[in-house]
Amino acid sequence: MRNKLSWFAVPYVGWMALMVVIPILIMVVYAFTTAEFQGTLENYAEMGVYASVFLRSFRLALIATLVCLLIGYPVSYWMAHEGPGFQRVAMALIMLPMWMNFLLRTYSWMSILENNGLLNQLFQNIGVIDLYNSAGTLFTDLRNSVAIRFAEDPAEFIPIKYFPIDHFELIGTPGAVVLGMVYNYLPFMILPIYSVIVKLDSSLLEAARDLGADSAGVFRKVILPLSLPGVLSGVTMVFVPSVSTFAISRLLGGGAQLMLGDLIEQQFLGGAYDPHLGAAISMVMMVIVVVCMVVMNRFGEGEEQAVML
Amino acid sequence: MSKELIRLTDCVMAFDDEVVLDKINLSIRDKEFLTLLGPSGCGKTTTLRIIGGFQTPTSGDVLFDGVRINAVPPHKRTINTVFQKYALFPHLNVYENIAFGLRIPKADASGKKVKLAEEEIDRRVMEMLEVVNLKGFEKRRTTQLSGGQQQRVAIARALVNRPRVLLLDEPLGALDLKLRKDMQNELKRIQRAMEITFVYVTHDQEEALAMSDTVVVMDAGRIQQIGSPEDIYNEPENAFVADFIGESNIIDGIMRADGVVEIFNRRFQCLDSGFNKDEAVDVVIRPEDVDIVPEDQGQLKGTVTSVTFKGMQYDIIVDFYGFKWLIQTTDLSPVGSRIGIKIDPDGIHVMKKSEYSGMFGDYSSYSEEYEEISDASYDPEEEDRDEE
Ligand SMILES: Nc1ncnc2c1ncn2[C@@H]1O[C@H](COP(=O)(O)OP(=O)(O)OP(=O)(O)O)[C@@H](O)[C@H]1O
Ligand SMILES: [Mg+2]
Repeated sequence: MRNKLSWFAVPYVGWMALMVVIPILIMVVYAFTTAEFQGTLENYAEMGVYASVFLRSFRLALIATLVCLLIGYPVSYWMAHEGPGFQRVAMALIMLPMWMNFLLRTYSWMSILENNGLLNQLFQNIGVIDLYNSAGTLFTDLRNSVAIRFAEDPAEFIPIKYFPIDHFELIGTPGAVVLGMVYNYLPFMILPIYSVIVKLDSSLLEAARDLGADSAGVFRKVILPLSLPGVLSGVTMVFVPSVSTFAISRLLGGGAQLMLGDLIEQQFLGGAYDPHLGAAISMVMMVIVVVCMVVMNRFGEGEEQAVML
Repeated sequence: MSKELIRLTDCVMAFDDEVVLDKINLSIRDKEFLTLLGPSGCGKTTTLRIIGGFQTPTSGDVLFDGVRINAVPPHKRTINTVFQKYALFPHLNVYENIAFGLRIPKADASGKKVKLAEEEIDRRVMEMLEVVNLKGFEKRRTTQLSGGQQQRVAIARALVNRPRVLLLDEPLGALDLKLRKDMQNELKRIQRAMEITFVYVTHDQEEALAMSDTVVVMDAGRIQQIGSPEDIYNEPENAFVADFIGESNIIDGIMRADGVVEIFNRRFQCLDSGFNKDEAVDVVIRPEDVDIVPEDQGQLKGTVTSVTFKGMQYDIIVDFYGFKWLIQTTDLSPVGSRIGIKIDPDGIHVMKKSEYSGMFGDYSSYSEEYEEISDASYDPEEEDRDEE
């Protein structure tokens, strides 16, 4: 080591070796062996059963990432253009939820989204549920009266019956899972984008104006391309934890929205105990995530070049 | 004389009650090369930003071709800027940086937004690359260019839009001396060839004198003098201008009559007139306008206290009755020697007293610096003997 100070990195490198490299090696060994530690590829063959879980994980993670981007970019842009006092307060507000335990936050969402949770109670109290039921009854009646006219044999016509609801189905839906992920990971989208935009050289924006670009032009031709690195790292930082999330999908998905993280957890802790299969699923997920990242970064570079050409 | 293109009338710029520009009045003629010259923080960039539309004056008017444009945003002005730090787009290559302005649809005569054809853009970018001598650099990233090349891209990017006016904010500040000189000539050539009004900002007085048709000397948010380089150098209006432009000895004097000024109790012939009889004035004597003669033939007599070799000439500091002058001479007068000087009438310039009187034009500190280095033995006794 040429630099004397680099000796300070030794503990960290040692830690990384011990806690990252060795576990990965163990995981690889498990992934390619049977319960008796005989080499096998069977674990991968078994996985086909879970194709739907893979699909759901990637779909929900993608949606959550997209939603984070759609919310995070405007928020970052707006923050970066306000005064320093405002920026500090806004930053504190964005970080505030992170001071609370992750599980606690998710449990809070549960009690908000439950069938008789805060949100449904609110809807009940302000009459939204009643309104929904009246509208439902009205539309059902309307539909029946129209349908009966076109029915071939009015005598045999069976009208549809409207069943009034006493709550909205919020928890246990894919939407709830996406909401939980967006809520938890949004700061990871905002921070990198904000820090890129706030550091943009204001003389570049003035130069663009000087050359004839209006506000929209300045944004499209200068701010957007230059904030792309922030977007890419934001997308990465939201997508990776989203695709491998487990507690959120279990708690807010009500067991119906099983995701990869839950699947893996089950192989190690749950009823379906099979650490070898768990390791294999983890391997596949890791490979897919790495491939996604590489493709993304390529795309990022390509984008930059495309702007250049 | 070409007609007036831009006029600033009573422009005041204040940031939170701090007045940065104080009643600026300035007229810029079409196709002229006008330079704003002044020390750091005097308001040059602010003046430029008002013309460019990046700042709206707190009060006063900005007129362009006789039309008030205070509220017209930068992208609607036919003015382009070369920024102090170039501000090239890092995500675009040289070609696209230059094409940036051309790719933006412009309103034509009927107000309809039209896009330039790709061939037209290509033709004009290539033409501009030729003008700034950067052929073959189109595909380069701007971060891979030297300071001088970046600067030329910035100029090309502004000029390709064929603006009526080009604003340049210390464009050569980051370049070394040799490149600076080359670029000065280059800019002058481009300005003449393209017949564009240049408003140029610098704090380098040599650069201002060499390039400009008109020099505007500024200090502390106020215009001190406007004139041709010759006027500014030969006829400075006050002690600030005299000191800022070139080297000057500025001495207290009394105007005894038209063409007669008294300094150090001796009367000198000069060409200035129009002052009150016995009016206290500031007298400027340029270091190169002083002739060294043997002591007994001198109008003034003094002792050389320091000598610095400057290549073309020696800079010598001479003590006259306790006041130190800078004199430039090609003949060596050693430290400690006694000399006499003569000044021709056209070497003397008389100015009205101003707020700057007494602040500039004394080389005492300069001389002491050198005394320490040259280890000259300075004998005040000698001075006393001379007084008698
Ligand atoms: N946006 C601003 N807010 C407050 N003060 C400002 C602002 N812009 C400029 N100033 C002040 O105005 C004064 C003049 O600034 P300006 O940039 O015009 O100087 P300059 O002559 O261009 O100096 P330099 O040669 O260092 O570039 C300075 O005292 C500066 O601090
Ligand atoms: Mg400046």
